[in-house]
Amino acid sequence: MSIYKCLKKLYVGGIALLSIVFVISGCNSPKSKIGSEDAATDVYVPPGKHDKYYSFMSGGWTGNVSVYGIPSGRHLYTIPVFSQTPTNGYGYTEETKSMLNTSFGFVPWGDTHHVQPSKTNGDYDGRWIFINDRNTPRIARINLKTFRTDEIIEIPNTAGQHSSAFCSSNTEYISANTEYSIPLPKPLGNGVDVPIKSYKKNFHGTISLIKVNQKTGEMNIGFQIEVPPFDYDLGRFGLGVSKDWVFYTCYNSEEAHTLLEVNASQKDKDFVLAVNWKKAEQAAADGKGQLVSSNYDHNFRDPETGVVKTEVMKQVRVLQTSDLKGAIYYMPAPKSPHGINVSPSGEYIAEGGKLSTVVPVESFSKMQNAIQNNDTTGSLGGIPILKYESVLAYEVKNAGLGPLHVEYDGNGHGYNSDFISSEIVKWDLKTGKVLDRHPAYYSTGHLTVAGGDTRHPFGEYLIALNKITKDRYLPTGPEMFAGEQLFDISGNKMKLLLDFPVEGEPHNAAEIPASLIDTGQVKYFKLSDNHNPYVTRKEHDAKVVRNGKRVDVYMTAIRSHFTPDNIEGIKVGDTVYMHVTNIEQEWDIPHGFAMKGNLNAGMLIMPGETRTTVWKPLQPGVYPFYCTDFCSALHQEMQGYVRVSPANSDIKLSYGTNKDI
Amino acid sequence: MERAIIVFFLITAFLSWGCSSNKKSKEQKADGQTERADGGLTQFQIENGIGPVTKELEPGPVNDEMAAKGKELFDQNCSSCHKIGERYVGPDLQDVTSRRTPAYVMNMMLNPTGMTQKHPTAHKLLEKFATQMANMHLTREQARSVLEYLRSVNPNSQK
Repeated sequence: MSIYKCLKKLYVGGIALLSIVFVISGCNSPKSKIGSEDAATDVYVPPGKHDKYYSFMSGGWTGNVSVYGIPSGRHLYTIPVFSQTPTNGYGYTEETKSMLNTSFGFVPWGDTHHVQPSKTNGDYDGRWIFINDRNTPRIARINLKTFRTDEIIEIPNTAGQHSSAFCSSNTEYISANTEYSIPLPKPLGNGVDVPIKSYKKNFHGTISLIKVNQKTGEMNIGFQIEVPPFDYDLGRFGLGVSKDWVFYTCYNSEEAHTLLEVNASQKDKDFVLAVNWKKAEQAAADGKGQLVSSNYDHNFRDPETGVVKTEVMKQVRVLQTSDLKGAIYYMPAPKSPHGINVSPSGEYIAEGGKLSTVVPVESFSKMQNAIQNNDTTGSLGGIPILKYESVLAYEVKNAGLGPLHVEYDGNGHGYNSDFISSEIVKWDLKTGKVLDRHPAYYSTGHLTVAGGDTRHPFGEYLIALNKITKDRYLPTGPEMFAGEQLFDISGNKMKLLLDFPVEGEPHNAAEIPASLIDTGQVKYFKLSDNHNPYVTRKEHDAKVVRNGKRVDVYMTAIRSHFTPDNIEGIKVGDTVYMHVTNIEQEWDIPHGFAMKGNLNAGMLIMPGETRTTVWKPLQPGVYPFYCTDFCSALHQEMQGYVRVSPANSDIKLSYGTNKDI
Repeated sequence: MERAIIVFFLITAFLSWGCSSNKKSKEQKADGQTERADGGLTQFQIENGIGPVTKELEPGPVNDEMAAKGKELFDQNCSSCHKIGERYVGPDLQDVTSRRTPAYVMNMMLNPTGMTQKHPTAHKLLEKFATQMANMHLTREQARSVLEYLRSVNPNSQK
């Protein structure tokens, strides 16, 4: 073979080989997002197609949880949780209003902060979402089959419950802790009516561990631990190697009770509180601590009737730190730390130093060594303080100003947000070396990566939950939605893809792969399984029953009429219970119910469900009612009348549909 | 040599084709989900409707026991919109089993949305009555009982 022929063979063969490689790579490798000129294509979800992730965002002062699709940022739904919701009747209807009962009475609003999905083996399992009310200490459980709040438990002996609702690796416990320490009743404290200036002597914090029933999800307070009156701020359960532990940041180790802005920022270091919850659980099981009288309400949707019930609870077991030898430690952390996040392996525990410029990252294995070697510098409230240098893995230097939170991508990187310098900083998880930084708009709080607090994060996107919106969208007067930002973190450099406005002020979010949730959604309730005491399963059974001044209307709704739709014989002074059953058995065919002048909310009734609104007519007249959810082409016709006569009238009770009564 | 080149190019072409045909099939799938597959009904579908019942039914004389069960189901699931002997929200069903085949009646109960969208007769009825018939998610067995009840109320039925 001549050299020419040989070269030609190599040349042709090479080209052919290259073209094969080119074709295969063009065909199979995912499109690299980095360097793409058009970020819009990276977040574009075509009409009729679904997003890849659900993002559950706490609404902050909306008291609810909002759901967005990622990467599009589309608002999918808002789940009513702690706030009465007149738009669908949550917290107003007879079936749901008990959900907002507390030992203080009916509290119609809450302040939601930290969304925590349930986990199995340290990964999300798509069963439930837990979320706290910071104001009136409560934890709610949302059922991800229905996107509804199924349960709310009040937490006694605590206040300002910010450090909550964190979930352990197998959803054994949810943790909820005191931010605003308070005086506690005897025998825990010296009573609740004490001078505020006696803070150091009379105020206390508590750590609460709420046991979750693995089958039903039902919550019960397992036990509480009384701790010194610092402000417990955030927390995370350990993962993997550290899964038996739970970690909380706290500030105000100064124990200030006024002008905390200044007086709680005096010390160079505050603390991380680390508790071995397995050992604490054992101590409680062994009967340590004491059962303390404590009033708190436990509200849950009765699985049989679908009606929310309130159980009034009377006592709780409280452990002292002396009951937890070898199971509770403080680790110093600079300076008024805020967020705390455990890495996917469970080895690294990073805090947002808030008033510091470094992000301290503790090592779980070093912490274990320090415990074994008794490497402490004294104690506070019976809790040994481990030496900072002995537990520290590294400090992330040049982490920006006002670092608040850390998140992980599962690919060996940590990301911290900076409130003051408005940026995201990416660093190497083994060394803390800063690798990239990107401005954020503006003043970022929490960060979220899908599964970012699990053993296996989906390191594709990162969402910055920004606290200040200002000029990012068309102005809407003095008040506006919060602005979130979606970053592509799949490459070496972070890339900003999308701004999207969200309702309320999300403090925290959790992204869950859609595939864990979108199958098995409840689309309608089976009428045959409806055991509401006031259900009307078929139109023929619709009726109106008077019992003294109470009138019960058993009504059905189907496209597009109510039965009965004419009612006479109601009198001023009556209390009328309108029990409306939607007898449809199809997805997305709710009916609504609204009554003119009713001093109550409207309600939406899902297919197969019964909802009850109470109406107390105050004046004689004929009152129209109608369906508020556009249900068919004859939706406008879905209407009826109730005749209300004076209290002394002798008009007989009568009712019907499609006949004169 | 030339043969080797041809083989290489054939492989390349084959792979490219595999690649583009993958894309094409995805697009087709995407289209198929949004497109209404109206028109082109088979003779069977025109006579017997579109739905899970794909064979003609020959029910024979009315089975009273089954009809009794069917009445219960009818009262529970259908009577909000249908009466026997009068037009209500939907058509009078007294002699529906004279107007339609048994399989058609079954398919209308089991696939009401598909029927009103795709079957010309059902679509015309939607135009007339304006309210989409509700899917009550009856099982096939339950729908069969309701069919038997409707046969029992039809004076022209074979008793």
